[in-house]
Amino acid sequence: MTEIRTTLRFILNGQDIVLSDVPATRTLLDYLRLDCGLKGSKEGCAEGDCGACTVLVGKLDATGLLAYETVTACITFMGQLDSAHVVTIEHLSPPEGPLHPVQQAMVDYHGSQCGFCTPGIVMSLYALWMRNPQPSGKAVETSLQGNLCRCTGYKSIFNAARAISTYGRPETDTLVTERDSITARLKALKDGARVELGSGKARIILPASVDDLATVYLENPGATIVSGATDVGLWVTKFMRDIGPLIFIGDIAGLRDIGREGDRLVIGAGVTYTRARAEMVAAFPQLAELWDRIAGEQIRNRGTIGANIANGSPIGDTPPPLIALGADVTLNRGGVRRTLPLEDFFIAYGKQDRQAGEFVESVSVPLLPEGEHFACYKLSKRRDEDISSACGAFRVKLDGDGKVASARVAFGGMAATPKRAKAVEAALVGQPWTEAGIAAAVAAFPTDYQPLTDMRASAEYRLTAAQNLLKRFFLETTGRAERLVREVA
Amino acid sequence: MNKQVAITASPLHQSQPHDSAVKQVAGRAEYIDDLVEPTGTLHAYLGLATRAHAEIVSMDLSAVRAAPGVVAVLTADDVIGENDISSNHLHDEPIFSDKHVQFWGQPLFAVVADTRDIARRATKLAKVEYKDLPHLTSAEAAAEAGGRLVTTPLKLSRGDLAEGFSKSERVVKGRMKLGGQEHFYLESQVALAIPGEDEEMLLQCSTQHPTEIQVMVAQVLGIPHASVTVNMRRMGGGFGGKETQGNLFAVVAALAAKLTGRAVKIRPDRDDDMSITGKRHDFVVDYEVGYTNEGKIQAVKARFAARCGWSADLSGPVTDRALFHCDNAYWYPAVEAVSVPLYTNTQSNTAFRGFGGPQGIIGAERWIEDIAYDLGVDPLEIRKRNFYGTDTENITPYHQPVEDNVIREVIADLEKSSDYQARRENILAYNAKSRVLKKGIAMVPVKFGISFTATWHNQAGALIHVYRDGSVHLSHGGTEMGQGLHVKVAQVVADAFAIPLSAVKITASNTGKVPNTSATAASSGTDLNGAAALNGAEQVKARMIAQAAKLGNVAPELVRWDYSGITAGEKFLTFAQLAHACWMGRVQLSAAGFYATPKIHWDRSTGRGHPFYYFAYGAAAAEVTIDTLTGEYVVDRVDVLEDVGRSLNPAIDIGQVEGGFIQGMGWLTTEELWWDQKGELRTHAPSTYKIPLASDMPAEFNVRLAEWSINKEPAIGRSKAVGEPPLVLGYSVVEALSMAVASVADYTIAPRLEMPATPERVLLAVERLRKEAAH
Repeated sequence: MTEIRTTLRFILNGQDIVLSDVPATRTLLDYLRLDCGLKGSKEGCAEGDCGACTVLVGKLDATGLLAYETVTACITFMGQLDSAHVVTIEHLSPPEGPLHPVQQAMVDYHGSQCGFCTPGIVMSLYALWMRNPQPSGKAVETSLQGNLCRCTGYKSIFNAARAISTYGRPETDTLVTERDSITARLKALKDGARVELGSGKARIILPASVDDLATVYLENPGATIVSGATDVGLWVTKFMRDIGPLIFIGDIAGLRDIGREGDRLVIGAGVTYTRARAEMVAAFPQLAELWDRIAGEQIRNRGTIGANIANGSPIGDTPPPLIALGADVTLNRGGVRRTLPLEDFFIAYGKQDRQAGEFVESVSVPLLPEGEHFACYKLSKRRDEDISSACGAFRVKLDGDGKVASARVAFGGMAATPKRAKAVEAALVGQPWTEAGIAAAVAAFPTDYQPLTDMRASAEYRLTAAQNLLKRFFLETTGRAERLVREVA
Repeated sequence: MNKQVAITASPLHQSQPHDSAVKQVAGRAEYIDDLVEPTGTLHAYLGLATRAHAEIVSMDLSAVRAAPGVVAVLTADDVIGENDISSNHLHDEPIFSDKHVQFWGQPLFAVVADTRDIARRATKLAKVEYKDLPHLTSAEAAAEAGGRLVTTPLKLSRGDLAEGFSKSERVVKGRMKLGGQEHFYLESQVALAIPGEDEEMLLQCSTQHPTEIQVMVAQVLGIPHASVTVNMRRMGGGFGGKETQGNLFAVVAALAAKLTGRAVKIRPDRDDDMSITGKRHDFVVDYEVGYTNEGKIQAVKARFAARCGWSADLSGPVTDRALFHCDNAYWYPAVEAVSVPLYTNTQSNTAFRGFGGPQGIIGAERWIEDIAYDLGVDPLEIRKRNFYGTDTENITPYHQPVEDNVIREVIADLEKSSDYQARRENILAYNAKSRVLKKGIAMVPVKFGISFTATWHNQAGALIHVYRDGSVHLSHGGTEMGQGLHVKVAQVVADAFAIPLSAVKITASNTGKVPNTSATAASSGTDLNGAAALNGAEQVKARMIAQAAKLGNVAPELVRWDYSGITAGEKFLTFAQLAHACWMGRVQLSAAGFYATPKIHWDRSTGRGHPFYYFAYGAAAAEVTIDTLTGEYVVDRVDVLEDVGRSLNPAIDIGQVEGGFIQGMGWLTTEELWWDQKGELRTHAPSTYKIPLASDMPAEFNVRLAEWSINKEPAIGRSKAVGEPPLVLGYSVVEALSMAVASVADYTIAPRLEMPATPERVLLAVERLRKEAAH
């Protein structure tokens, strides 16, 4: 019998918090502003897109190392904070004392105008400065992908970010000097128990392990599994859906592993985009650009590949490359596991091959054999932190005669599910890998895809651009097309 | 010694941080939703129509009323005074609609409950039965369907159009479409109403126009203006979106507070805010322009049709301002421009930084571009050939002479500093070699008229108190939305009294202190309120000088006043000592300052007058790279030169230019408003509506102020307005994209990119030009 704890425990700034009565769908932002009177974090959008509510959440990783990451408090549920250290803007400088180096740089470089986005920007820059005190321009921009500012045009914020280290060094920051004591306090909180609070729709469950999750979910197949809450959060803040009870899986150790198993990369369902990046890009360097363009940093710190698959969105960014690479997904129902090709998991819009009480446990991606060409392209209205109009991945293997031996093409945003382009693939195979040789495959796109017109793009654009991406893939593999790059000073 | 230096320097014309910068970075700057709520504060939430155009057959709110925690439900029947908040008094803007739904998102009722969450969820329990009516969401559809107008159109004309076209060797006709823009102030609309004794009502709300909130609340509650006080410390962004669009929220809070006797707060969710409130007007511009073989414009005939939405709101003056700017910086020997403010079943479009001016200017730039592609020369060259003169060829379409023209100087300066010509040559060479990626570069000028075209708005008041410890309390009619108005006005007052900036206490805008204010809008905040504050300070200072003269027994003109103190004969006093001496001597240390802009007048019926006090100028050069396979692009470099006269605060002004440019660029590139077939706006949150990010900033972004410029008119400190003009410069990015697109057809076809120029529009333009060139 698993041990059960009936309180959520975490540290808020300097204070130990124990909650025994909190609704499953209470967001961290409402908790801070309404329950604690901490009004420094702002609500700009309530959907994790503007970053005005950015706070830091520090957690111990598998090795016991304390790592702080930015999150958007507006779509973070309280159940995600067990055994965590939550740091808000109020923690950075005392009311009458000197400003924090990040804050002083922002003042001196005129980085605030209306000031409403400013606390969130400060928190994102704080996280950046702690891990990278001398950031490149690109690093600054990446760290601000999840923060909107409507006033400044960002130049002043950018300049402030580059200058922070002239105001102070992370070594003297409280989060560094108090790291050992906070680590010890968090270790004491992490007791390995299942956490359960409340009842009925308000019930919160934090399973203790993968097996415990399998048991709990089988018993409560109507519960909603919450991984990073980057999508589920909106079901509450935007659609006001009553989705409890909630099972939080983001901290289950057995789901947070990523690593090589033979010639495959195996990714646990709870691995966030941020945690996966190094392994993912080492295995598939072609995915580096895509990876940094999935949402903003706060969302990448919370969102998981497993959930990106499990929620079955036709516009998720990871399924197209994973399908093109031939990934498998492993499901677990009450401890019984089955594995299927990822492309078969997506049945129809809103429908996946997942039974009641069954959850996505891991994804396994075969490494790319030597000599195969692979590329992934994301198209969106805005380059960063935007949902794809279309996301396409191409993989071809050429034979000794320069003809296509095999091809896998998959797209998101082009159909009701992430989908392979089987007609395009068929038209490629056996053809010479030349401009003329791919013509039939380009022409085959309408057979595979009849995309929709919506707010992100028209059907005409989606189809034309998808066809052109095959041309781009061909040109790149033959050294005849450059990628659009932004060279920031 | 250092200390001495520090206090002898005037803070005016120096870079100073925003007045709230320290509080903002620390998260201690208070916005309305952060204020401590009075005990028992209730929360209101609006119930919205889910049809674009319909009759309401029935509305059953019984389940809403019955929901636990709901205290009251308000409908049109509950309005005490008039169920109307039309800012122009056309009576076309009900608070709650009870019979006729005119757009998707129109408020039908409000729920008042113990918490915001309860109120919000309860709105979903309403059962509303509709009878659908045909809806019109686009300006083109509205025009085709008969072109119902929301307000009286304007016509500007000057010169003989027939003669102009007869002198023209070439004529171009075209249609340009450019989209609207959501303000996306980071702080959504919000109001807190606190009932007082008798019939008094205090409003704390996020508004650019406290007086209008006061007037609307009084109208809706049926009480005198004097019974309503509006207090406003700061907004989390406005951009025009809080000029009239806060009225709805304020009156609902006030009405609920009146009916419940408790404080009531209302704050819509971002999606609801974007679904309810008006945006920048999208335009369809039809034009016919005659010109010589040298590209010299002879005649312009243009029709500016705008999507105004379901009510007039500010659409009249917005579409007027589009016409006022359809010349941009160019001399038209003959011109006729008309506005067509169209009724549509969409949010009621409203003020947005530039207020129609940008759309007018972009119209002008579009036909310049057409002429350039027709003649095969750089558009910049066509611009130069058509710039206004200084003494001749300088009469605008509204018959006001351009008396302060510096556009040639601005362009010459920027052309040199940006190395425009050499870079253009390099880009032409690059495009000739590069197969997939193509580059473009463009330099675009802006001339922007400064003043409200409704002449009576060009007035302002301020209240200056000097306390006997020498501290100064400053209150004025302007509002702080991030633009740095308060620090600039405080600099003016500190300079007037020769005291440190820190001695001037900036306070909230409050209708009880400064009455009958104008909206903080039209880039006029500093010009008007700075001058009013200076007037107030000078009144007090004159009395203080008289008192000093009396104490020193010298004539007032012999009193010396500088940063060290006040010397009158043998007598020396610090500012604080003199303030104390004035109090002892029973001298009034408080004054109401006032200012009314001189010289301006405007007769809309004849289309003639002198509506603008002066013009602000600027220019930008943008360089881009596009991917001709996907339409994606990056902005490689932008150089901006802005004429702000003699800047009161260069750091603040640079921030306005940078922010304005990026906001304009966003409007014209990635910010797309999209309505579905049912007439629902589907881009109503940052997940679907994409404003620029840090990584959209030009990779190299050089912004300068024209330090050589000085306002020819005696505006405050000889500075010029800065809020709106730089926004238009974002168009330089579109024209650079156009050049990159045009390269696929060897620059022989004007690409006529529609705006926003999303990657989709760029790609489809590339494909279109390729096809046209192949024929």
